Amino acid sequence: MENGFAAQITGVLAALILLTAFALLVQRRIYGLLHIFAWQGLFLSISAAVVGYSTGLRHLYISSALTLALKVFALPYILYVLIHRLKIQKEVEEVVNIPTTMLIGIALVIFSYHLTSPVRELSTLMTRSTLAVALATVMLGLLMMITRRNAVTQIIGFLSLENGLFFAATSATYGMPLVVELGVALDILIAAFIFGIFFFQIRTTFDSLDIKEMEKLKEED
Amino acid sequence: MTIQILLGVNIIGAAVLAFLGDRRLAPEVNILCSAATFISSVFLATGVYVNGPMLSGGGFFFVDSFNVYLAVLTAFVSMTTAIFSRRYMRYERRHGRIGRAGMRFYHAMFQLFIFAMLLALLTNNVGVLWIAMELATLSTVLLVSLYRTPSAVEAAWKYFILCGVGIAQALFGTVLLYFAAERVVGEGTGALLWTNLNAVAGRLEPTVLSLAFVFFMVGYGTKVGLVPLHNWLPDAHSEGPTPISAVLSGLLLNVALYALVRCKVLVDGATGSHKAGYIMMVFGLVSIIVPAFSLLRQKDIKRLFAYSSIEHMGIATFAFGLGGPVATFGALLHMLVHSLTKSAIFFTAGHASQMHSTQDMSDIKGLIRGNPLVGWGLMFGVMAIAGMPPFGVFTSEFLILTAAMKDAPFLTPFFLLGVVVAFAALFRKVMPMVFGAVPGNQRPLRPSHIPVIVHMVLVLILGLYLPLFLSQWFHMAVDLLQ
Amino acid sequence: MTGQFYPAIIEGVQVATVLLAAPLLVGWVRALKCWSQGRSTAGLFQPYRDILRLFSKDIVLAENASWVFRAAPYVVFGATLMAGAIIPVISVKAPLAATADVIALVALFAIARFFTALAGMDAGTAFGGMGSSREMMVASLAEPALLMSVFTVSLVTRSTSITEMVRVLSTGPFVLRPSLAFAFLSFAIIAMAETGRVPVDNPSTHLELTMIHEAMILEYSGRHLALMEWAGMMKLFLFSSLAIALFFPWGIAGMGGWLAGTAGLAGLPAAFFFLALKLALAGVAIVFVETGLAKMRIFRVPEFLGTAFILATLGMLSYFMLE
Repeated sequence: MENGFAAQITGVLAALILLTAFALLVQRRIYGLLHIFAWQGLFLSISAAVVGYSTGLRHLYISSALTLALKVFALPYILYVLIHRLKIQKEVEEVVNIPTTMLIGIALVIFSYHLTSPVRELSTLMTRSTLAVALATVMLGLLMMITRRNAVTQIIGFLSLENGLFFAATSATYGMPLVVELGVALDILIAAFIFGIFFFQIRTTFDSLDIKEMEKLKEED
Repeated sequence: MTIQILLGVNIIGAAVLAFLGDRRLAPEVNILCSAATFISSVFLATGVYVNGPMLSGGGFFFVDSFNVYLAVLTAFVSMTTAIFSRRYMRYERRHGRIGRAGMRFYHAMFQLFIFAMLLALLTNNVGVLWIAMELATLSTVLLVSLYRTPSAVEAAWKYFILCGVGIAQALFGTVLLYFAAERVVGEGTGALLWTNLNAVAGRLEPTVLSLAFVFFMVGYGTKVGLVPLHNWLPDAHSEGPTPISAVLSGLLLNVALYALVRCKVLVDGATGSHKAGYIMMVFGLVSIIVPAFSLLRQKDIKRLFAYSSIEHMGIATFAFGLGGPVATFGALLHMLVHSLTKSAIFFTAGHASQMHSTQDMSDIKGLIRGNPLVGWGLMFGVMAIAGMPPFGVFTSEFLILTAAMKDAPFLTPFFLLGVVVAFAALFRKVMPMVFGAVPGNQRPLRPSHIPVIVHMVLVLILGLYLPLFLSQWFHMAVDLLQ
Repeated sequence: MTGQFYPAIIEGVQVATVLLAAPLLVGWVRALKCWSQGRSTAGLFQPYRDILRLFSKDIVLAENASWVFRAAPYVVFGATLMAGAIIPVISVKAPLAATADVIALVALFAIARFFTALAGMDAGTAFGGMGSSREMMVASLAEPALLMSVFTVSLVTRSTSITEMVRVLSTGPFVLRPSLAFAFLSFAIIAMAETGRVPVDNPSTHLELTMIHEAMILEYSGRHLALMEWAGMMKLFLFSSLAIALFFPWGIAGMGGWLAGTAGLAGLPAAFFFLALKLALAGVAIVFVETGLAKMRIFRVPEFLGTAFILATLGMLSYFMLE
């Protein structure tokens, strides 16, 4: 019963993560994106802790704490400071209109459900069904990167994609070995610094963080 | 112990160089570190050659004939590139294309990049392999934007985003792999070690591994630069400093392909079929044909050779996909000779564009008259890369072709089409640059001759005669990959 | 002996409840709104007085109004009342409930809406036509979402019969179901749109450019208007009770749960008590939303309803993926 209840909570958290992934697609304001991203990180962190508690795997607590520190506080804060300092405009333009994006998103969710169905059938783990949600989050992050034309939103899409991966790691497999998780966290941190530097570079060379400006390099020349 | 020294040298080197910055001796220290790496890699290789595959560092590192040969190659090319970059980067510094901070950053990141690649090659852990690949991307991203021109920043951003997304797919593949392995091997680090995985390959769940391979293919395939995931590659190669183009093309692509091949062997072992091989053949073949035609449209000298790199990676991927002893042997040899030739070409191309202060091929002319080493170096390099005998690339491509004739005869026309078109395109583009009178905009330059000569001589030797130890070595690697 | 009449009695009680309590709910919402804005209220029973007054007034018909205009109020009122007979408001034992499932229920609401829109256009005034076209736009987006949302509940309960759905939901063991949460969110958004509440429409506005529902019934007067208004109040009541039945069914009589276990008339007082309690809370929720949100511009409405559709779809997907 204990495990059954934990599975339900994980299910609800999975649903919330999926919801936030969609919310990221819909949100127009850049600070709104940051808030949603932080919420997603929070759900992720809680789900890692819940899985850790119900399975008795201690190292998941470390993952959970790491997520909390990195994705709920550090990264949104860094992005907030960057946005503030670079005076980026608050509304985000999108290439594809929002209802279409959402429909594509739905299609992607169905696709990932279909893709992971063989895995779910063999899995005996408590949280097996969340694998589809994890893959869907990855796909939705990808979609966000494609449909948004601003460096900051692309990065948020990228980080949300990374959240999906992390969710896959905790939910499908009770967490990767700690070495790997620490390494991944370190990579993300470095990536965060690099995109911070990038924002400044792009800003100084293009006077805007709009990716539309960056279409000079083409196949031919 | 050798491995720890091998990797330690780079890390310490990166730290020292970050401290040294723009001081006079920095390039020499860079060379020294790379040379030390090379020497220790040779020691490691002889150890493996004599004693066979070995584990080290409590099972954390694993060396067999496949990865150790790539490690030696990586250390060697990084050493020659360090030698090349001494003169090249000083020229850039003098002409104000980069500043003090840029030089400090360049040297430190160069060593870190080499470290990341060696770690990716030598680690026994699939997860650490992923981390090292990501680290290799991250350490070179800001090097690509080193010149801070709009197109350089654009190229670096593309590189960062596309490779980041690509490599994320590989992480998903790793998660799936762990998911399958954990049920057989048990929880913990053990379930991610190549040695354990290969031992139980037959018992891993085939459906999960097939799914995982798709993600590995997309993930590491992006880093290999396979079509249609190749968009970042020409940009990053053309906009970054030339030594970085040389190591990206000559080494990083190899390392990514190494990761892919390891996954392929594992997955085909688990599924008991040749599914992963077929996927690689398709990707490889597309990557041979598409860039061959793109070559015809290029205007930028470094972009030209970047597309050629995609084509050659396609050839190697195709050959690994084919499987079978001959094709695998050919692919291993191809990785070696391509790496040597392509970095030599980038060295000369870098000098050529320095001489004309442009990368636009229509402005580069009369290289042989202007500077015989650069001119002939480029000429021979292109002859070699296009697959003319007696160079090594000819040998490897010929091996792959014969294997393809035997195993997949209906695919050989496509393979040949790609190779022939690339051949024609390369010569059409390079002839006008090499021959002809010296134009007015050309400046004399002291090129860095040793790396070019050494690479070209090695490629020539490999084409004429394959040393016994090397062929034995490849045979050992081929046995591993069957 | 009298037991065989229980179902008929229950049905009668339920229809009467819908008829008589609907204005009270509206009055409650208005009163709450007044309190929240610090205004003095017209009292809980003002809607009854409005309806009574309208019944006593004469009808003014437009010259070129056809029979549709005259028939529409009766059709709308009838369809809505019929819907009231099949939703388990106080008990699941209502006999008419067996005749129609949730799809028929949506269709009944659609009939009411269709005739309202026809009547709006029939009089031939500009505002009526505009209101109708807007209403149809909202409907075309809200109805698929409404169906998706109730189908999610159907999936969970494996039935489209409302009484069966309520029975399964209230008797099974307690399970956290993300799909139902999504479906409820979606349903709440659609209910706001369908009943013409604030983010989509404003029930108390007579500002020509923004109104939807009010624009359609602008030409009505006398008992026609009374019927239309009354039907509108019942619609709010019914959507609230439907939400309660599907998502918070505890306490509805006759399904053998621990709260209102008795099947017969004895269970009714408890059911009334819970219904009143839950509707009162629903009113509070409505007022919260309405004071918190501003009416959105009409071209943002499709996006708002699109969100409802996505939520309902997510609910359905998460049923497959997570449960």
